[in-house]
Amino acid sequence: MSKLKEKIDSLKPKFEKGGKLYPLHSVFDGFYTFLFTPNETSRSGVHIHDANDAKRTMITVIVALLPCMLFGMWNVGYQHALATGDADHSLFHLFFYGLWAVLPQIVTAYVVGLGIEFIVAQMRGHEIQEGFLVSGILIPMICPVDTPCWMIAVATAFAVIFAKEVFGGTGYNFLNVALVTRAFLFFAYPAKMSGDGVFVSLGDAASVDGYSGATPLGQLASSTTPGVVELTGVDGAAINLSDLFWGFVPGSWGETSTFCILIGMVILLLTGIASWRIIVSAAGGGFLMALLANHFASPLYPVTFVSPVEQLCLGGFAFAMVFMATDPVTACRTNTGKVIYGFLCGAIAILIRCYNTGYPEGAMLAVLLMNCFASLIDYCVVNVNVRRRRKRAMISQ
Amino acid sequence: MKLSKSLQTLINPLSKENPVIVQVLGICSALAVTAKLEPAVVMTISVTAVLAFSNVIISLLRKTIPTSIRIIVQLVVVAALVVIVDQVLKAFAYDVSKQLSVFIGLIITNCIIMGRLEAFALNNRPYASFLDGVGNGLGYGIILIIVAFFRELLGSGTLFGIQVIPQWCYDHGYVNNGMMILPPMALITVACIIWVHRIKNKDLQE
Repeated sequence: MSKLKEKIDSLKPKFEKGGKLYPLHSVFDGFYTFLFTPNETSRSGVHIHDANDAKRTMITVIVALLPCMLFGMWNVGYQHALATGDADHSLFHLFFYGLWAVLPQIVTAYVVGLGIEFIVAQMRGHEIQEGFLVSGILIPMICPVDTPCWMIAVATAFAVIFAKEVFGGTGYNFLNVALVTRAFLFFAYPAKMSGDGVFVSLGDAASVDGYSGATPLGQLASSTTPGVVELTGVDGAAINLSDLFWGFVPGSWGETSTFCILIGMVILLLTGIASWRIIVSAAGGGFLMALLANHFASPLYPVTFVSPVEQLCLGGFAFAMVFMATDPVTACRTNTGKVIYGFLCGAIAILIRCYNTGYPEGAMLAVLLMNCFASLIDYCVVNVNVRRRRKRAMISQ
Repeated sequence: MKLSKSLQTLINPLSKENPVIVQVLGICSALAVTAKLEPAVVMTISVTAVLAFSNVIISLLRKTIPTSIRIIVQLVVVAALVVIVDQVLKAFAYDVSKQLSVFIGLIITNCIIMGRLEAFALNNRPYASFLDGVGNGLGYGIILIIVAFFRELLGSGTLFGIQVIPQWCYDHGYVNNGMMILPPMALITVACIIWVHRIKNKDLQE
């Protein structure tokens, strides 16, 4: 490590003001601070620095995502084995199949997203922001495993430019970048983002008899029989609540396992990066709305027959509420606001899922919608507080 | 190079005083009729015709219209012209007129038309007003056509209904971008045009 540091330090003068490569200094800074902590200190006045900075925050989120990521890769292989009748269920066989299936998407998302961030940072003369570190891994995790790489590239470029850079870059976006990418894919290429042909990676192998690639929510959305729908896995076997909780079901590969999401949630809550108010109220909102929908269950809407606990484990709800709704940039800032925001995120997600038959899953749209209203909620909360205090001051006079 | 005054009246609305991307008028129809090139071109011609002739008529009447009822008079003139355009389209281009549906009728409420009548035709001679109408109509149309070009090309892979993206692209996994057909992308395309235009014209930047 010290050899590497010497080497990089010897390059440093070239990138400093007046050096030959000065125009590229933000790229150099980006790589340098990625590897080492800079030893520059503030020269004037008193400054208070938190030990935590944006880079460390992002890394913590990546760590919290690791369980979902690793399990998701294994699950891609597992679903593939189930769908093709492959008898080899050894851990590494399944894991490496999944890894090879999703690696191109991860690389594409990072190359495109970071590429744009680097170019924009150069053009503006800014330092490179690390905001894309998390978005880059979230994007493939919330897409079907068979999404072509060029689509991910187009959608990532769209989201980074129009949802983030035009508003001023990392920290100024009002919409969650990963969700904008998914929304773009969802509306631009609906055939590749929903239905029963995209969520299970078949590779070149033929599928077994009775194969159906539909996700549980997809089965519910396309169900025509009234009453409770029997959910099935890719090989036609029935699946129950524990399969949904542990995540042995097809789906966008990062979001199937509620258990791994809960591990990630604990990490985020212990490190104080995610707000427990948002997560708790989102779960509450989703649960209440599911309870309400279940109470008034109607054969017109098959999803309403699903029990509230299953609703919380199904699809991308848990993933969106833990990793997307809690994004500190796009969520509410005030504590009361966070509770309202989280509650509405959860409730609207279930509402869309139950009553809009056009969309099998509502978590993405719910979080994006609430992102738009986050600052309005904050505004109202602050003003209510101002008014209450003013009233109190008037009385005491 | 100094352009003559009448030429300036014609040229300026194309770029520096463009009604859509500088004055931000007529956005609603720019979003609605630009999913395909053909309706966009027809809309351009219709708006240009209505704008040019209503400008001339109001300019001829400008000394006799009492100021207190001028908006009503303008509306009557515009509405009459729009009805004529609508009937002509129904007679000679029925398919396109069906595609445009209410948007031909809504030319009456297009802010560009009322704006030009108020701002220009009421104070200028008929010839200058005619040029102003043609210029603004084309300035509106040029944006419509650029937006429609990108939306039809990327959204449907066609131009004027003719396939331009070759079949082998589709065979290799290319898929039309369904979002380009939806109104939000029209807004974003207009925004991109404004973006490029402001980079070229630094004096327009706020």
